[in-house]
Amino acid sequence: MRGTALYNGSSGTFLPVKEGNDAMATVRFDNATRLYPGNDKPSVDRLNIDVADGEFLVLVGPSGCGKSTSLRMLAGLEEVNAGKIWIGDRDVTNLSPKDRDVAMVFQNYALYPHMTVADNMGFALKIAGVDKGEIRKRVEEAAKILDLAPYLERKPKALSGGQRQRVAMGRAIVRSPQVFLMDEPLSNLDAKLRVQTRTQIASLQRRLGVTTVYVTHDQIEAMTMGDRVALLKDGVLMQCDTPRSMYDHPNNVFVAGFIGSPAMNLLDVEQVDGGVAVGGNKVPVERAILSGSSGKQVTLGVRPEDLDVVAEGDGIPVEIDVVEELGADAYIYGTAKAATHTEADEDSTEKPFIARVDGRRPPEKGSTIYLAPKAGHLHLFDSASGQRLGG
Amino acid sequence: MPLNFTAARPDPALLDLPWRLPLEDWPQERLAALPRGISRHVVRFVKLSGRVLAVKEIKGDLALGEYNMLRLLNRLDQPAVEPSAVVDGRLTKSGEPLDACLITRHLQFSLPYRALFSQSLRADTAARLIDALAVLLVRLHLAGFWWGDVSLSNTLFRRDAGAFAAYLVDAETGRLYQKLSDGQREHDLDIARVNIAGELMDLEAGELLPVGTDPVETANQIMTRYADLWKALTGLERFDTGDRWRVDERIRTLNELGFDIDELAITTDFDGTTIAIQPKVVDAGHHSRRLLRLTGLDVEENQARRLLNDLDAFRAAADRQNDDEEIVAHDWLSRIYEPITRSVPRQMAAKLEPAELFHEVLEHRWYLAERAQHDIPIEDAIADYVASVLPSKPDERSVLGVDTVELPVIAGPDVS
Ligand SMILES: Nc1ncnc2c1ncn2[C@@H]1O[C@H](COP(=O)(O)OP(=O)(O)OP(=O)(O)O)[C@@H](O)[C@H]1O
Ligand SMILES: Nc1ncnc2c1ncn2[C@@H]1O[C@H](COP(=O)(O)OP(=O)(O)OP(=O)(O)O)[C@@H](O)[C@H]1O
Ligand SMILES: [Mg+2]
Ligand SMILES: [Mg+2]
Repeated sequence: MRGTALYNGSSGTFLPVKEGNDAMATVRFDNATRLYPGNDKPSVDRLNIDVADGEFLVLVGPSGCGKSTSLRMLAGLEEVNAGKIWIGDRDVTNLSPKDRDVAMVFQNYALYPHMTVADNMGFALKIAGVDKGEIRKRVEEAAKILDLAPYLERKPKALSGGQRQRVAMGRAIVRSPQVFLMDEPLSNLDAKLRVQTRTQIASLQRRLGVTTVYVTHDQIEAMTMGDRVALLKDGVLMQCDTPRSMYDHPNNVFVAGFIGSPAMNLLDVEQVDGGVAVGGNKVPVERAILSGSSGKQVTLGVRPEDLDVVAEGDGIPVEIDVVEELGADAYIYGTAKAATHTEADEDSTEKPFIARVDGRRPPEKGSTIYLAPKAGHLHLFDSASGQRLGG
Repeated sequence: MPLNFTAARPDPALLDLPWRLPLEDWPQERLAALPRGISRHVVRFVKLSGRVLAVKEIKGDLALGEYNMLRLLNRLDQPAVEPSAVVDGRLTKSGEPLDACLITRHLQFSLPYRALFSQSLRADTAARLIDALAVLLVRLHLAGFWWGDVSLSNTLFRRDAGAFAAYLVDAETGRLYQKLSDGQREHDLDIARVNIAGELMDLEAGELLPVGTDPVETANQIMTRYADLWKALTGLERFDTGDRWRVDERIRTLNELGFDIDELAITTDFDGTTIAIQPKVVDAGHHSRRLLRLTGLDVEENQARRLLNDLDAFRAAADRQNDDEEIVAHDWLSRIYEPITRSVPRQMAAKLEPAELFHEVLEHRWYLAERAQHDIPIEDAIADYVASVLPSKPDERSVLGVDTVELPVIAGPDVS
């Protein structure tokens, strides 16, 4: 551990007091790599992300993909074995946490019952030795933003659950760092408050314009909150894009399957002349797209909402197991008869399949319907590499 | 959906608890009013089959995660509360789903820090709690556990011969790795420092902190206590080949700190003039293990140290240095320790653990001897202690009626 670094945390407790934040707080991961001692594979492998000033970037991915490690590298709490980290035009790779002007927002926070709302918001600044007048000023500003001004002298007991949650946000705001780092701040809230707080944090971040890197394993949270979303898998960046592009243009099968709920249908199919074969029918595909594939087999992807019901003999045959009627829409959960190449390989030809159809004319359970991807909404991936084919 | 119990050794009596009620509404007669730390989830203590259980209402996946993590920590012999079950699939009478419950055993004679501060206190209580927390954190970190929410609220304290022994109570955010990185340890310490300062400021605001205790300065002590202990336990030491006594010295220092070295790496440089040593595997509980082996008593580390000292004094006084250690220990147990700890009247037995009582009696004897200017037999000391000191002590097996706090964060309309 670096000598005195122990005393200088990233909790914003040693933040320099400053007037406004004029510096450009861009963040850059530049081939940043972390290999933990004893491991044979890096947990974060040559990560490259550029975060714009004021941007809300979400790091998302399954457990163990390297989200927290990346965040700690940015905070100065994890060694960077190769590559660099930049904040603005400063190479901070070897700077201690306190010299980076970032604030890590705790996953957990406790409100202190004997302290006023104002003291609950300002206590980290007090630890940092910021003078009373300055603390008061920052707390009042934060309270105004959070609609907590009338409650500053009250105790947390007198607040509603939502207000308490805002006090916790106030704690982060008063620190006014160049960059906010948040690691799963919502993970232990109940479903309702989670949605409520999600919206609040996102709109607050936009109002404050402070560059934010936010970690979550929840793709819905990522998609609803982020200006851009960076999806990691096994320490490798799969794609970093706006939520729209992640959704419409997944770069590979992993992104396609991770983003979206219900998930994209993915079927392994075989190329035929002018398209791909699915359950005896042909789904047309431009030749140019398929020409990039490395083998005869490709992976077809289509989202549940991007399907039209067509006549028998066309589209993907789907046998319906369950119909879920939701008024205007209905979801059907069924089995697609996918590839046809080997009759013996029966198992792999039957794949679960989900589709959204017109709720006023839902098909019957047990029947087979035929579904064709809407024009421009068919995704194709190389089955060997998983990479997207075509544009 | 039926209730779903996850437990290693399920107690059938668990089925009788009112799972269809939100924990907040459980009837008083089921509950034990024990003190708790600050928490966001609802936590209650219930009496069941002659013991007390802690029940925490929390989302199902988190409950199961915490249950499994606590089991792992127990298996690694780390000081943590013992998980007993997770109950999921709860529904109200009208069919509304309720959060799952994590059930742990109430840690007997444990005190949340807030309860400690509401008793009359020695001025250095905060510092002693932080010492205990530093030891706990070092132990957990040595085991590869990243806590993620280090705080006084998430720790329970047991008296330990004038000091405290700390136990982990909230493992919700924890992760276990083979070996923590420096950054992970630093992160935990940073969280600890800020949380502790906040908790002490809160006590100050509630006029519970002894005057003269500075919250920030006291909280910062976690950094130095931790760093010192970490260095003593894991640091690399280099010396001349001639100074080989320093190997023994290092082992002795660690023993005094309460640790055993299970594996020590010793390397010499290529021309053999210097030696480098570094403990690779250390194990807490040097004194308590020795006492357990000699007497079967299972007590905290400092208590064990105290009892072993008394055992040594007994041996010297009886001039039995050459006798088998186990036999002397057995005699000490049956002639000194057991008679003393059993002479407490039944109605005062819940005040202190036997080993802590023994420690207090030794202290009391010292105090009486100093006043009388001559030795006092331990039998006289216990009699005086039971008559004059013990009655005014609170019951600590299950402390009642101190300020407990819960600030649930739930969605709902704003209060104005
Ligand atoms: N100290 C360590 N030693 C070895 N491996 C580690 C260590 N810390 C983390 N790892 C590994 O590095 C990988 C990335 O961990 P990290 O905590 O960054 O993932 P994450 O995406 O944040 O996961 P989660 O959502 O579960 O927190 C994991 O495989 C983890 O096991
Ligand atoms: N097994 C136990 N024995 C004694 N006390 C316990 C036990 N389990 C919980 N408690 C008490 O209940 C309090 C709250 O428990 P816990 O910290 O697990 O709740 P929490 O809601 O998860 O807290 P946080 O807000 O920190 O996440 C603890 O501070 C402790 O005082
Ligand atoms: Mg994580
Ligand atoms: Mg807790």
